Amino acid sequence: MIEMRYPTVSRRTAPLGWGSMMVVAGAIALSLAAGAAMLAAHGKAPLTGIWLLFYGGFGSGWALEDSLLKAIPIFLCSLGVGLAFRLQVWNIGAEGQFALGAVGAAWPALTFPQLPAILLIPAMMAAAMIAGGLWGMIPGLLKTRLQVNEIIITLMLNYIGILLLDYLCYGPWKDPVSFGFPMSPTFSPHAVVGTIGSSRIHWGLFFCIGFGVAMWIFLRFTRLGYELRASGENPLAAHYAGLPYRRLVVMVMVVGGGLAGCAGFLEASANINRLQPSIMVGYGYTAIIVAWLARLNPLQIAVAAYLLAGLRVGVENLQLDLQVPAAFGGIVEGLILLSVLAGGFFNHYRLRFRSRS
Amino acid sequence: MTADFFLSLLAATVQSGTPILFATLGEIITERSGVLNLGVEGIMMIGALAGFLVARETGQPATGFFIGGVCGALLASIHGGICLGLQGNQVVSGLALTILGFSLAEYLGTPFIGQTAPGFFAVPVPLLSRIPWVGPVFFRQDLLVYLSYLLPPILWWLLSHTSWGLSLRAVGENPDAAKAAGLSVAGYRWAGIGLGGFFVGLGGAYLSLAYTHLWTNNLSAGRGWIAVALVIFAFWRPMRAVAGAYLFGGVMAFQLRLQAMGTNLPSSLLLMLPYVLTVLVLVLSMRGKKRGEAPAALGINFEPLD
Repeated sequence: MIEMRYPTVSRRTAPLGWGSMMVVAGAIALSLAAGAAMLAAHGKAPLTGIWLLFYGGFGSGWALEDSLLKAIPIFLCSLGVGLAFRLQVWNIGAEGQFALGAVGAAWPALTFPQLPAILLIPAMMAAAMIAGGLWGMIPGLLKTRLQVNEIIITLMLNYIGILLLDYLCYGPWKDPVSFGFPMSPTFSPHAVVGTIGSSRIHWGLFFCIGFGVAMWIFLRFTRLGYELRASGENPLAAHYAGLPYRRLVVMVMVVGGGLAGCAGFLEASANINRLQPSIMVGYGYTAIIVAWLARLNPLQIAVAAYLLAGLRVGVENLQLDLQVPAAFGGIVEGLILLSVLAGGFFNHYRLRFRSRS
Repeated sequence: MTADFFLSLLAATVQSGTPILFATLGEIITERSGVLNLGVEGIMMIGALAGFLVARETGQPATGFFIGGVCGALLASIHGGICLGLQGNQVVSGLALTILGFSLAEYLGTPFIGQTAPGFFAVPVPLLSRIPWVGPVFFRQDLLVYLSYLLPPILWWLLSHTSWGLSLRAVGENPDAAKAAGLSVAGYRWAGIGLGGFFVGLGGAYLSLAYTHLWTNNLSAGRGWIAVALVIFAFWRPMRAVAGAYLFGGVMAFQLRLQAMGTNLPSSLLLMLPYVLTVLVLVLSMRGKKRGEAPAALGINFEPLD
């Protein structure tokens, strides 16, 4: 008699707990290994590549600063995206809301350059968050009023928002002395968010901490935050319990848009000091991956945002030293997301090997 | 505007609508089986690159076109593995596929930017191409456009009049009942994902082999997402997809003509047209009465537990 062992699958009754962190770590390791294999296939030294990636992202004080600078916009965007995901609203629009934020911030900066910073900076931030929030509100309203699919609308608004930014940089807001380059004039010093001490990190870091803590308090200790968590678990039950599901959907879209808009403001004001098309580098899409990795916990979002920001900086290093195309970062990001999804299976199901005769 | 201008605009409409038509038909098949695949944009890019590279290497555009479809199906099968095998979230898996496919095509295609490959060019159909108005618009196109005329009726027949097609739809509407009736839910969904990915890949290959004839980054430029929107506009019906695809083909062709004519309108605003139109089309199609026609189990995983 030959003994056979059959795998059987059953639903987990208890959450996997710390095991889920292992799943994410394993997924990242697997994706990096696949990336290394791609480098090897192209005749580049794979281990050197992975080393350059790590060293470029985390290996020096300069690299750590660079990663932190990139983590700021990613964190802000994914805080809002994660909020929407929690409600099972698929906000893919952080990229466009970020663009609108940059545009919104540039308007007061270019119109009232002589205002003192104490007035100009808050005006830029408010304009950015309103512009981003309104850009997020459109799909929210269309979803709740007409059941229009928010995924496609947010994506289309990304394309439209980026083209609007392009239009302003090529047309009405173009710097007359830019020699044909599409960019606005440099912002006045009053419109620039400064750096902390002698570091390269700007004060936007404190915005992140502030918004992160506010989000945590909101979800943990407020009635609306509770309602949001409950509606996310089971929209239908929430509807019957009289929770304001439709208002919550519009709210998370507006808040997400505002946060992404704030990221656009910080990027334009503190990092680039002007409006130009190259401000759009896909932070809004990276934010989707971060939000899915970290779900809603602001602290986990911060960690994941920092990791993926480090990956971006590392890829820049790889580009310089090994002439690897920038798209390498996107490949690794896509692989991380896919393998985390695949690994999620072990969060929800138990695989047992039973013997049958 | 002269009649000649108008006719050439309409012919360009059909041509630029064709890749969107292939992609929309593919996504219709996938969604009819109950699987939402948002990887269309990434699959198109992979199809475009695979078609381009194979045509370049072999000198045979037809082989390239076919391999573009096959590679589309291969990439889509990752979605199958995640959603059907491992019960992963369909929305996120599709997004990941778009990120992966798009980046992979850009990465592998970097050395070939600006290069050309043998492709498809217009072959007028004898007799038919001489019909006034209709001939110049529909029958002076390349062979792949003629192929695309045949697909919608074939798919319509397949989905509405064959037992295989009805079973596929049953799996998309009510997988529990379909399983009870002895159908393999996973089997039909794998078929939907594979066949759908194949057609989306063909749409991508059309872009590089018959539309631009050269490789550039971001060749698909949102056409994959427009196709996802058109599936809703078409109420998941192959024949209605034709109207949607040509509507977008028309806007894209018109926009290109305007730019070529040197209008005063800034190109950024002209480029917005298809995306604004997508929003409008979606809003309008949700205002109609038929909006409940999505496959009932669309986007919901089916657990084959004991």
